[in-house]
This record gives sequence, structure tokens and C-alpha cells, in this order.
Amino acid sequence: MSIDIEVRHAFGDFALHANFQVGAGLTAMFGPSGSGKTTTINAIAGLLRPEYGRIVLNGRTVFDSNAGIFVPSRDRRVAYVFQEARLFPHMTVETNLRFGWRRAPSRLTEPEIHRIVELLGLESLLARRPRNLSGGERSRVALGRALLSSPEILLLDEPLAALDAARKAEILPYLEHLRDSVRLPILYVSHSLEEVSRLADQVVVMQRGRSVASGTVFDVLTDLALPDVTGAAPYGTVFDAEIRDHHAADGITILDFAGGILVVPLLSRPIGMRLRVRVAAEDVMLAIEEPVQISANNILAGSITDIRTTERHADVRLLCGQTPFVARITRASRERLSLAAGMRVFAIVKSVTVAPQIDPLGR
Amino acid sequence: MDVLSPPEIEALLLSLKVSAVGVGCALPFATLAAAALARSRFPGKSLIDAALHMPLVLPPVVVGYLLLLVFGTRAPVGAWLLEHAGLRFVFSWTGAALASGLITFPFQVRAIRLAIGAIDSGLGEAAETLGAGRTDRLVNLILPLALPGIVTGAITAFAASLGEFGAIITFVSNIPGETRTLPLAIYSALQAPGGEVEAARLSVMSIALALAGITLSEVVDRRARHLVGQ
Repeated sequence: MSIDIEVRHAFGDFALHANFQVGAGLTAMFGPSGSGKTTTINAIAGLLRPEYGRIVLNGRTVFDSNAGIFVPSRDRRVAYVFQEARLFPHMTVETNLRFGWRRAPSRLTEPEIHRIVELLGLESLLARRPRNLSGGERSRVALGRALLSSPEILLLDEPLAALDAARKAEILPYLEHLRDSVRLPILYVSHSLEEVSRLADQVVVMQRGRSVASGTVFDVLTDLALPDVTGAAPYGTVFDAEIRDHHAADGITILDFAGGILVVPLLSRPIGMRLRVRVAAEDVMLAIEEPVQISANNILAGSITDIRTTERHADVRLLCGQTPFVARITRASRERLSLAAGMRVFAIVKSVTVAPQIDPLGR
Repeated sequence: MDVLSPPEIEALLLSLKVSAVGVGCALPFATLAAAALARSRFPGKSLIDAALHMPLVLPPVVVGYLLLLVFGTRAPVGAWLLEHAGLRFVFSWTGAALASGLITFPFQVRAIRLAIGAIDSGLGEAAETLGAGRTDRLVNLILPLALPGIVTGAITAFAASLGEFGAIITFVSNIPGETRTLPLAIYSALQAPGGEVEAARLSVMSIALALAGITLSEVVDRRARHLVGQ
């Protein structure tokens, strides 16, 4: 279960050079508009034939410019959910759903179809025509149509971009459910770090036609070079955690994660549930000695791996156990503490700043 | 007076038959030509495009003359067809149908081509990623979505074909009951002394038919658009 791509393609003054390998799970392809995300997945889908390079999907070479291999799109077993849904207007929802299914070399059984229809909440829409659907419903039908074609890889090109916040909230749980229940590599194009941090296992970062970084979502989001691409502040720390215990009397919940434990305000979720946590870089303090008599509940020992200074700030990346954290402090603080790569420090995280960043993953 | 004479009914029915067969037989070719022109790139495309539009600008008499040159009983194609298929176009209603179909061919191609060109090419890409090959996409996506254009193109061509005169009279002559369609009947009536009333009756009928054709194409276009989800 993998996507292995190295392609170059030029049109006009735009040059694409995508080079990355990703495995199973959901991979987000992140980058500003015009960075080559859609061009890259068009190449993977076979809708674009690049000038040079090779593409290997799950071990099968579908494109190799040297060997003259180009497997046409219809034989790639790649399901593509386009930004604008692209439902066939002259067919009902049901006929749309079964379009790829009917042409698939191995067809899903009726119970399997029913399960997907149910998962996406499409039962009541089957007899309708696409023009009578809302934007969110169209996205769900497009997703169902792609899944019913028994693909080996699922490509999603900003399936939420055309939707307003309410519709996004309607679709996101479906995508999360999909990621966790369908064993498919999913490549998800997005220019929203919110979506990326919520959904992705791995991230490929695109900038001006090049894939500039790739890795786990935890590593890429804490990469101090990421702000060069986003033009914004560091996104912060993202990691997966599990609810270990609730202390209702004290109003706190204790989370286990790869870097230790994290105390957050009391959650109304069951013990053992997996969560994804985000800690903003501005909410992390650094200390050289372990502070005592302090209100913050979380004091995590770690060592600095990287520091980047901007005009006003110093962004510090540290590893607490296996978990990378990012702290944004002033340049004055960095000077005062003489922070440098390799130093042992303590990261201080106020519990109350963590709680709102928690999303249920349902894994 | 209000009842048509047998020769007039004959001319009317013949006209309908000639146009229906001519336009009907041309329709598949027009559809394929339109699909090729709208969706593919190939060498000599603009030349073929221009050639397909020739009947629109050539004098119909010239078209009739060219048909004679190709399909006359002693012309190469005509002789071969007569010998091997027993098919004779000259002096026959089938020749009138051929001439009508050819003259109105550009009407059909243009309407269908516009309809195909208006289809979102993204739908074809979506169908391809879902496993549909070229022919599959043409049959299940392009043609159904172009249906309004195909139907209106055919009806417009049919209405226009009812009026064809020059190519028919040049190619297959003016034989009552065989090639004398409405326009030829009107012309013949005007040539005969005292035929003005008959010519007027036939003309009124022609106008009514043309109006009915245009109206029908509007109605059918609307229905077909609804049918294909637009």
C-alpha cells in the first residue's frame, strides 16, 4: 500500500517536480494554490502524462517515461473525487454511484455497497438527480461513487473547498470514518492546515511546483521551515493521545502520549479513547530548570533540535520523548536563556490552552 | 377547396418521406462528425470542418450537379451501386433523400457540435477515472448529454430539408409521385396556366410545416434538457 512518485512536467512558466513516497493511511498534500497539488494528483490518476519520471502505485508501475509505460486512467484503479463533485447530470444518484462499480474488474457485493451507502448517509438520495442535491450531498455522492469502484487508491482534491463551514462539519466525520474503516491509501489535497492536522497521518508539502517536505503529520507540522510555505506563524504541535484517567473532583483529564502525560481540563469522553491534540506554539513556555510552585500542570522535559529566528520571534523545536513540540518565544527570551540546539529544556503547557484543540478521532 | 387534391397529398407525403429518410440517414454520420470535431484533434481537421460546411454556402444546383457526377448511373460510384447493390439514386426519391440529407448535413453537425462542446470536459475525466474507455464515454456520457442538441439539430434539418429545391431538381429531376416534393410541386403549379391557387395552397402548407418544425424543436429541446438534468 504505497504511492511512489518522481515526475517532472513543465507547462508555460510552471515547472512541476514532485518527488515523494507515502504509505498506507491518509496522506495530506498541502500547499498554497498554484503549488502543483492538483497537477500532481492528475498525474497519479493518469489524467496528465508528465514529461519525465515514474509513478508506482502499490508496487505497480503505472508510468515510466524511460520504459515508455503509461497505464491509461481507466486501468489504474484510482478513484478520484474532484473538487466540484462532477456528478453525471443525466443519471440518478444511484446510477452515478454504480457507474464505476459496473466497470470495476472486481465488484463489491450488495451488502458492501449498502454499507458504503449507509456510511455516507445516501439512502434517501438514491432516486434523486444531481441538480436537486445540496453541495454537501453532492460531495458525499461523489465520495460514494469513488468508493464503489473498488479502487486501490483514493484521491481527494479539496473535497471540502467548495463547501461552507456547516457543510464541512457535515462531511468531515465521514472522511474520518472513511480513513479509519476503509483500508485504502488516501491522498488528500488541501490548503487548510486545520483539515490536514485533523485528518492526516502523513503530509507532503508542495511549494511552487516542488514537493519540499514529506513525513508524518507530527513531524511536518512542527517543521520550522513550514512557515516559509504558509507565510504564517508555526502551526504548533499535533500529536495523538489516549485518555488514561479522569479526576472529576479536580476537574482534569489525564492523557497518555508518546512524550509522556498531558493534563487537560475534564473531558466527557470515555477512558481509552484516542484523541488528536493540538498545542499552539504561542502557548508553550520554555525553562532551563524545572520550575516549581507554578500553576501550569504540564512540565515536559525535552531537548532542542532546531531554532529559527524571525524579525520578532524565535521558534524553537524540541523533542519530548518521541513527540516534537514547537514553542514561539521572543528573541529577547532566547538571548536571555542562551538557547541553542542540543540543550535540555522544560516545556511548560497550561492545561487550559490545550482543551479547545482536541478533536475526537474515533479510531 | 379546403381538401387537398390527390397530387398535392402525394407531394406532401413524399416531402415528409424524403426529408425523414434523408435527415434520419444523415443523423448518425452528423453525430460522429460532430463528436470528432468537438472532442478530437487530428491533422486536416479544419479542412474537413470546411468541407462539411460546403453545402451551406454552395449553390444547391451545384450540389445537385456534383451528385450527378458521383452517383449518375454512368458515374463510377453510381454504376457500382447499381450493379452491386441494385441501388439507383437518379430519378428516384432515394436520390431526393440523399440530396436533402447532404444539403442539411451542416445544420445537424453544427447543432450537435455545439451541444457536445458545451459538455463539461471534467465529466469525461471523471468517467475515465471510473473505468470508462473512449467508446463507453461517447455512448454513455457524451451522446446522452448532447441529446437536446442532437434532437433540435435533426428537427431543424428536417424543417429546412422540406424546402430543398435546387439540388433535388438538378439531381433527380421533377417526376410526379417520385421526386416532386412540395417546393417542386409549387414550382410546377406556377409553371402551369391557372395553377396560382394550387401554388398558394401548397405554400401555406409549407409555411405551416416550417412553423410546426421550429416550434417542435423548441419544445423538444426544453424537454430533452430537463431529461438530461440541465
